[in-house]
Amino acid sequence: MAITLSESAAKHVSNFIAKRGKGLGIRLGVKTSGCSGMAYKLEFVDVATDDDITFQSHGVTVFTDAKSLAYLEGTELDYTKEGLNEGFKFNNPNVKDECGCGESFNV
Amino acid sequence: MALLQIAEPGLSAAPHQHRLAVGIDLGTTNSLVATVKSSSATVLPDEHGRSLLPSVVRYTEQGEVVVGYAAQAEQSRDPNNTIVSAKRFMGRGLADIQDVGRSPYRFVDAPGMVQLLTRAGAKSPVEVSADILRTLRSRAEDSLGGELVGAVITVPAYFDDAQRQATKDAARLAGLNVLRLLNEPTAAAIAYGLDNGAEGTYVVYDLGGGTFDVSVLALSRGVFEVLSTSGDSSLGGDDFDHRIYCWVLEQADLHGLNAHDTRLLLTRAREAKEALTEHAETRITALLSDGLTIDLVLTQAMFHDISKTLIDKTLLPVRKALRDAKIGAEDVKGVVMVGGATRMPHIQKAVGQYFGQTPLTNLDPDKVVALGAAIQANVLAGNKGEDEWLLLDVIPLSLGIETMGGLTEKIIPRNSTIPVARAQEFTTFKDGQTAMSVHILQGERELVSDCRSLAKFVLRGIPPMVAGAARIRVTYQVDADGLLSVTAREQTSGVEASIEVKPSYGLSDDEISRMLTDSLAHVQDDIAARKLREAIVDAEGLIAATAAALAADGDLLSADERSQLDDAIAGLHSAIATQTTREVNAATQRLSQATEEFAARRMDRNIQQALKGKHIGNL
Repeated sequence: MAITLSESAAKHVSNFIAKRGKGLGIRLGVKTSGCSGMAYKLEFVDVATDDDITFQSHGVTVFTDAKSLAYLEGTELDYTKEGLNEGFKFNNPNVKDECGCGESFNV
Repeated sequence: MALLQIAEPGLSAAPHQHRLAVGIDLGTTNSLVATVKSSSATVLPDEHGRSLLPSVVRYTEQGEVVVGYAAQAEQSRDPNNTIVSAKRFMGRGLADIQDVGRSPYRFVDAPGMVQLLTRAGAKSPVEVSADILRTLRSRAEDSLGGELVGAVITVPAYFDDAQRQATKDAARLAGLNVLRLLNEPTAAAIAYGLDNGAEGTYVVYDLGGGTFDVSVLALSRGVFEVLSTSGDSSLGGDDFDHRIYCWVLEQADLHGLNAHDTRLLLTRAREAKEALTEHAETRITALLSDGLTIDLVLTQAMFHDISKTLIDKTLLPVRKALRDAKIGAEDVKGVVMVGGATRMPHIQKAVGQYFGQTPLTNLDPDKVVALGAAIQANVLAGNKGEDEWLLLDVIPLSLGIETMGGLTEKIIPRNSTIPVARAQEFTTFKDGQTAMSVHILQGERELVSDCRSLAKFVLRGIPPMVAGAARIRVTYQVDADGLLSVTAREQTSGVEASIEVKPSYGLSDDEISRMLTDSLAHVQDDIAARKLREAIVDAEGLIAATAAALAADGDLLSADERSQLDDAIAGLHSAIATQTTREVNAATQRLSQATEEFAARRMDRNIQQALKGKHIGNL
């Protein structure tokens, strides 16, 4: 199992990194906060650390750490459009319930 | 499910804590809203994918407010109730507006700013602008999926305080929190990342639909300063359309066209102009209402020929701006092109030739101002690290405080980048002084009377102490909008008083530059005046201290000694009256010598009193 990007997500990540002018890839993680216990983290990566676990998906390097991976195993990061709003979405099979907004979740 | 954006490393926001901020280019003809998404600035389009929002507001029969393309479409049918170019009237009185007769509006003179009479009642330009901003705000909130923390709104560099204040009022009316107003040329320079680059002088050439602005910016230590601005408020891309239109009339030998045909040919002319950006020639075809067919070919060379005078017309203000900034074309490090009309290759070529370098054109000239504002908004909203803080504005004149003797003590020197906070400690001048007046001044001169008074307040409730014992901390703080707040706090008791002022209010650029030149011209006089005032303050302090001592321990002196002291005091008074620094200092010296013996005796008496009745072992 692993963390993957949808083709559209990978295309957008590559574009953003190119426009930003630097970055090794993106980091997906979870942190304990928010209304349902845990929240997603989605950041650019400039410096890799020894604890990083990496995956390759459609040419993009995905960084995570062991603790986050336990919650993110099997997640696919997608890029979608809802009306005028567009952005990234975590399709996480481990999630039992999430708050109404989906920014915070529980496993 | 909320949609996420990629954050900078370590800056992921907690859920529901995203700091959504936008940059808004509130233009005369068109407005745009942009934001930084996943670290790149992007303009937010409407549901039809259109980035521009025509700055047109129509008040309909049904009491609706229509903004943008839909309003623009009705402009000729309902001119009284369709407001275009409201920006031209922002912060302006009726007297300020030229060609009132030529514009279709019914103006009402109101205190402070004109109003436009529509079927929805009298509308001030602020309200009209607020309607445009409200449309952009809801577009942004729909696009970003949340409420905005704030917005950076751009204004022309030449906007004065009233016009800037009106823009802020419009934003507030639209429910937007203004993080900062940003000069349009500065925003364009930021979009090109010039603020991260080398120091130097840059020119921003902004040819919009109906206005031309040129600004000279100096970048030093990451701060842009507008050195000069110039322009032509009735020259723009539309004039190029008009040249083609006239050429068509000439070629086809047309006279007295009706409104519909005129409109049609102007549209064809604009299409031809845009086509010639990419192609060497273009075909202009139109079927007029009388059945006549127009079919002409316009070449790039011909178009350049007929519009050459327009380009030359833009170079006049460019020359003036450079002259005002006291630099030559060869001193310019980079030229930024802004405005849709600068897409025309022959404009780029002419500007390139004038400056001897290729102008910057790789960003969309219609969007560049909004993109720069978005980048600035992103930083101000706190979505970037501390070290990437952009400092963009400086205070034009020093801010100071009045000290004893009518002198100005500078607390924040001019050209300090804002936001800024500086504090200084002051003390009481007289024994038992329980209040202190804080007089806030602006200017470079040494004397209070030569500076501009901004505000005054009194700190009361200082506990009675001997002169010089109280510690009063006065803090000057200027926020990102140039709003000054001053706080005075007595450190031991904690009593506090404060005031808010807008330092640049009502000062025109001319006044600011006059105040600066004055300060340079008078630097010698000022120093002399300052020395005299300081000497007088010292002298008066000594007189007061001596008088207090005489009242307390006058019995220590013989009548003879007493009269000597009185003479020295009188001598100092008359020295002060001569208003010469040397005399005052000499008389101060004499009085100070005359009191030495007296001071020694007082000291002895105080020690004796302190020791009286105490056992030596307790000391």
